[in-house]
Amino acid sequence: MYRYDEFDHAFVKARTAEFADQVDRRLAGDLTEDQFKPLRLMNGVYLQLHAYMLRIAIPYGTLSSKQLRMLAHIARTYDKGYGHFTTRQNLQFNWPALGDIPQILEDLASVEMHALQTSGNCIRNVTADHFAGAAADEVADPRPYAEILRQWSSVHPEFSFLPRKFKIAVTGAERDRAAIQVHDIGLHLKRNEAGELGFAVYVGGGQGRTPMVAKKVRDFLPEADLLTYSTAILRVYNLNGRRDNKYKARIKILVHETGTEELTRQIEAEFAEIRNGELKLPQADIDAIERYFAPPELPARPHSDDVRDPAFVSWLAHNVNPHRSPDYASVTISLKGIGEVPGDASDAQMDAIADLAEELAFDEIRVSHEQNLILPHVARADLKTVYDRLAGIGLATANAGLVTDIIACPGLDYCALANARSISVAQEISTRFGSQSRQEEIGELKLKISGCINACGHHHVGHIGILGVEKKGTELYQITLGGSGDENTSIGEIVGRGFTAGEITDAIETVVDTYLAHRTDRQETFLAAYRRLGAAPFKHALYGAEAKAA
Amino acid sequence: MKIVTANRLIDGEAVWLAADHGWVETIDGAEIARDVATEEKLERAGKAAICKNEVVDLALVDIDLVEGRIVPKRLRERIRAAGPTNRLDLGKQARKGVRIAA
Ligand code: SF4
Repeated sequence: MYRYDEFDHAFVKARTAEFADQVDRRLAGDLTEDQFKPLRLMNGVYLQLHAYMLRIAIPYGTLSSKQLRMLAHIARTYDKGYGHFTTRQNLQFNWPALGDIPQILEDLASVEMHALQTSGNCIRNVTADHFAGAAADEVADPRPYAEILRQWSSVHPEFSFLPRKFKIAVTGAERDRAAIQVHDIGLHLKRNEAGELGFAVYVGGGQGRTPMVAKKVRDFLPEADLLTYSTAILRVYNLNGRRDNKYKARIKILVHETGTEELTRQIEAEFAEIRNGELKLPQADIDAIERYFAPPELPARPHSDDVRDPAFVSWLAHNVNPHRSPDYASVTISLKGIGEVPGDASDAQMDAIADLAEELAFDEIRVSHEQNLILPHVARADLKTVYDRLAGIGLATANAGLVTDIIACPGLDYCALANARSISVAQEISTRFGSQSRQEEIGELKLKISGCINACGHHHVGHIGILGVEKKGTELYQITLGGSGDENTSIGEIVGRGFTAGEITDAIETVVDTYLAHRTDRQETFLAAYRRLGAAPFKHALYGAEAKAA
Repeated sequence: MKIVTANRLIDGEAVWLAADHGWVETIDGAEIARDVATEEKLERAGKAAICKNEVVDLALVDIDLVEGRIVPKRLRERIRAAGPTNRLDLGKQARKGVRIAA
C-alpha cells in the first residue's frame, strides 16, 4: 500500500490545522456561511437533511486494517455507529457535529487519510478496479497510476477551480470493473504489441442529467505520458468548458458540442507542446510508486474446497473472484444483506473485517464502487474460515452480482438534493427477491437506484435502473433498462411512465419475470436478453395496451 | 400555512422557529404563519438568527394541520422532522412522542 512520505504528512497536517481554524472562526461568527461553505466543501463537509455529512476519501478504494479500524472508531465516537460506503469508493458519515470535524480529521490524518477533494469543482478521488493487484485477468495493477494521478491532482493550482467536478477511473483488465467509460477520464491500462505498458484513454463519459458514454481519444498512451496527457485534457477543458451553465459544465458536454475529432485535435496539440516537459514520468518514479503496491508474498497453500455446506458453496460461486495465484482468491464481502441498507456497515462490522483482513488477508481491504468490501488476497485454504467469520457478523450474503446486490444512493432519507427515497426501494426489492434459489435462477443482474437525476446510484448503467423523481408531492420511480457500466458500456433506456413507491417492486418483478420468460436459456443474462429483445416485451408486460398506444 | 425551518450551525440539527423566536428541535413546537404578515415576521426572525450565526439553510415550509398537529406537505420535510425512514432508531423519531415520516 502507499505510505505517506514526509511531504504528504506535512501537507495533510497543515490542511487539517487550517480547517480547524476555519471551523473555529465560523463558530465564533468571524466567517459567514457564504464564506465558510466553499471552505467546508473543500474538506468534504456537506449539510444534509438531518445533520452535516463528512465524506472521507479512500484513494482507489484501498484501505489497511488500521485505517478501517479508525473509521469504525470515528463511527462509534463521533457518529451514530455506522458508515456508508459510496459508489465513489468513499465513506460517508451522516451525523457528525461541525465542532467535532477537526478532531475527526486529525484522527484520520493519524492513519494517513483525509477528506480533501471529495467535493467541489476539482479532480476528485481517483477510483480503480477493486480487484486491482489481485485479479487473474489483470495486465498490471492500475493503482500506482491512480496514486500518481492523486499526487498530481491534490490541490493542483491550475485545476482546483474547474468548470465542474472531474472524475478519473483506472482499470488494468479487459473486463472493466471500474466503469471507466462513465468517467470524465477513463484509463484502460494495457500492453501494446511491443509489450510496453500504456493506456487507452477515454474522455467525456458521465451520468447525471445528461448521461454520455466516453469517447476513446487515444488507443495507446505510453505510461510516461500519463500526466502530460491528462494535463492536456484538463487544459482544453478548463479553457473551453462551459462555466455559464452548471448543467452544461462537465467535460462530456464539451466533447459532445465540440466533436470527438476536433477535441482530440486540441488535446493532441496541447500535448505536443508539453510532452517532453517536467511532467513526463521518469521510469524510476513509476517504479518507486509501484514498489508501494508490490503484491504480498503469497506462499503456496494447497487447498481443497470444502463443499459440504450448500450456503458456503453458493458464496464460493458468487462472492469469490479468481486470483492471479491459483492458491488464492479475492473475496467480496456483500454489504447487501437481504433487506438491509446497501453500503452501510456498523462500527462492529468494520472492526471485525479489519481483524479478518489482518489475520487472513494480508492486511488489505478494498471498497468497490458497487458498495461492497473486498478482501483481495485470501488463501483458498482459508475461505471457509473467512466465510464462517463473515457469517458470524451477518456479512456472508452470497449475492455479489445478483439482483439483490443493489447499488442505492442515500436518497431522500438523508440527501438534501434528493427527490425520492432510494434505500427503502432497495430494501423492498431485496426482500422480494431474497430467496437464494430465486436469485440464482435469475442470474447476473445489476440493479441500481438513484434518488435524483444526479445519478450517484448509477441508475443509467444499471441493467435495471431506477430513478426517483417527485411529482405533485409524491415519489415516483422511472425504470430504465439495458444500461451497463462495463467494457461494453451503454446507457439504459426509459421504458415508460413512472411507478409509485407502492408499485415499483411489483414493476421490477414484472421486468424480471419477462426476462425469465423470454431468455433463450440460463446462459443468456438479463443484459444479453435485453440487447437481443429490445424494450418491446418489457413495455408490453409493464403497460399492456397502453404501451401499444404510446 | 407555513413554518420556518433551518439547520443549527453547530451540529446541523434540523430546527424550527418557535413563537418566542427561539429554535426548537421538534416540529410540533414551530410557530405557524397563517397569513403573509406573520410569514414575513417569522422570516425576518429567521434571517436575524442567520446573522447571529445560530442557524443555516433557512426555509419556509408549507404545512397542513392534521388532527391539530403540524404535517409538512412535502415528504422531504416530513423526513427532516422525523429521521431516515429506514432507521427508526435514528433522528428525532427515536425520541418519545415524535412521529415517523412515512
Ligand atoms: S443521486 Fe441525488 S439523491 Fe442520490 S445521493 Fe446523489 S444527489 Fe442525493
